Amino acid sequence: MKKKRSSTFYLLMVPVLLWLILLIVIPHLDMFFRSFRFENDNGLMVFSLNNYLSFFEDQIYWLTFVQTALYSIGVTFLAFVVTFPVAFFLTKVVAKKYSSFMVLLLLIPIWIGELVTIYGWMILLSDNGVINNFLMQIGLIDSPIVMLYTNFSMTIGLLYMSMLFMIIPMMSALESLDDSLIEAASDLGATKWTIFRQIIIPYTTPGIASGGIIVFMLVIGDYVAPNILGGKSSLWFTEQIYNKFLATFNWNEGAAFGFLLLMLSSAIIWLALRLTGQKLERVGS
Amino acid sequence: MIRTLPCSATYITGFRLYMALFYIFLIMPLVTICVLAFNDSNFIALPWNGFSLDWFFANTDDRLGLFKDTDLMLSVWTSLQTGFFVALFSTIVGTIAALLFEEEQFRGKGLLYFLALAPLVIPGVVLGISILLSSTYAGMYMEETFGLEFEFLGPSFWLVVIGQFSFGATYVMLLVGARLKKFDRVLEEAALSLRANHLEVIWLITIPFLRPAIIGAFVVAFLISFSNFNTTIFLVGSDPTLPVDLYSRIKFSSTPVLNAVSFMIVTFISFAAMISFVMNRKKQ
Repeated sequence: MKKKRSSTFYLLMVPVLLWLILLIVIPHLDMFFRSFRFENDNGLMVFSLNNYLSFFEDQIYWLTFVQTALYSIGVTFLAFVVTFPVAFFLTKVVAKKYSSFMVLLLLIPIWIGELVTIYGWMILLSDNGVINNFLMQIGLIDSPIVMLYTNFSMTIGLLYMSMLFMIIPMMSALESLDDSLIEAASDLGATKWTIFRQIIIPYTTPGIASGGIIVFMLVIGDYVAPNILGGKSSLWFTEQIYNKFLATFNWNEGAAFGFLLLMLSSAIIWLALRLTGQKLERVGS
Repeated sequence: MIRTLPCSATYITGFRLYMALFYIFLIMPLVTICVLAFNDSNFIALPWNGFSLDWFFANTDDRLGLFKDTDLMLSVWTSLQTGFFVALFSTIVGTIAALLFEEEQFRGKGLLYFLALAPLVIPGVVLGISILLSSTYAGMYMEETFGLEFEFLGPSFWLVVIGQFSFGATYVMLLVGARLKKFDRVLEEAALSLRANHLEVIWLITIPFLRPAIIGAFVVAFLISFSNFNTTIFLVGSDPTLPVDLYSRIKFSSTPVLNAVSFMIVTFISFAAMISFVMNRKKQ
């Protein structure tokens, strides 16, 4: 009995170990070690901190880095503000028979994929796009407003492609919140704001945290929205990595940049988990 | 404030208005693409020049419709194949991982589970470059030491499959794992006491129980693969997947054929979503 059990165990263990070691552990260790490799004047590969030094010496790099971090936090917060009422409406307010269909509609843009939806926004926001045409038709403006290739269009794109991932975890947290708690508070004379602040928010913090982390991850690691919808000043750190790899072919410096991005996102996620008292294991569920 | 409590008309009207605006925001880009796919124009945006199917079927000097554009059809085909293999491998390994983490106890389980979840919090770009770096390095090593050349270690179709699998398996593991948590252990114990061995229990009892989740996870993995860009762009070889092809067309040569492709994707996904919705409803 004991022996048979262990053979099954190894049968399960080996593929999982291969997956995690070959595709997660080794590549990231490799990226880490590579980020310290530098070709010196004699054309030899040596250990060096030059790849990181160039990051700090060149203003554009670390400015982009800081801007990406702050912007990602901002978009995450914006996603929360926009989608929390939606999650609340779908779980607590709307009649149950409509809610499942409305949730289904939320999933469609996710499955259609980022590239198509971002492209849709490009058409909507362009100078001869739908929104400008509409505004000119109704006589609100005389000439098109420049919306595409600005920070505004980039923000819309980042928000659109990430926010729906926040609704689902918030909804499952709200679903487990017993309505009678809200009813009791209301009976005792609590205002809506008090109920919101003292019951709903504390109760849904786990859902908000895991949704927020997913949104933040998608935004900080995104390339499509900043690149297609962003303008000259909408710098995104993934674009620097992309350039290092596919334009200038400086892979070692690219590895250093990749590692910095990984550290940045891990640090912010770790901080978010600490602040809300969550564990990474719960984010997945 | 909630459906069981009476609330003011302003509150409920305001809320409904907000929801309407939200859904308009959600649907607007999709509707726009779908309508403009039928625009009789050489430009992707407005003005509307009348209805035309040119961007699906035309093959003239200045208009190449979707179904006549061999490059585009080829990238659709590449994406379908990539999606199939990614879904297949992710489903197998993800299900195995779910079984391992739910059923077995071993040292270092916490660390291993953390690693399995890591793709959720590693930016897709970073996953792409790290796999590109290490596989290229491994390829060079193989060639220098053994004189063997492995095409899949350089940017290629199979490297894309490998890269997308690395995070696809995580999603499958979570979806199948969630279903496994609801599994009644008594069934397993009963089978074991009737002298089934552990593998037989998994194959004959656990897997059939998990089947709906496994099928669902396969579809999810396929869709994740089909729409992935951030990781794929670093691993893609001479045969681009659809998102990579779309991206370079958006950047460098956008014609309304992009609207036509997008229309097909939007229609297909919406249709599939409706079917699954109706089927779920029937089951209940």
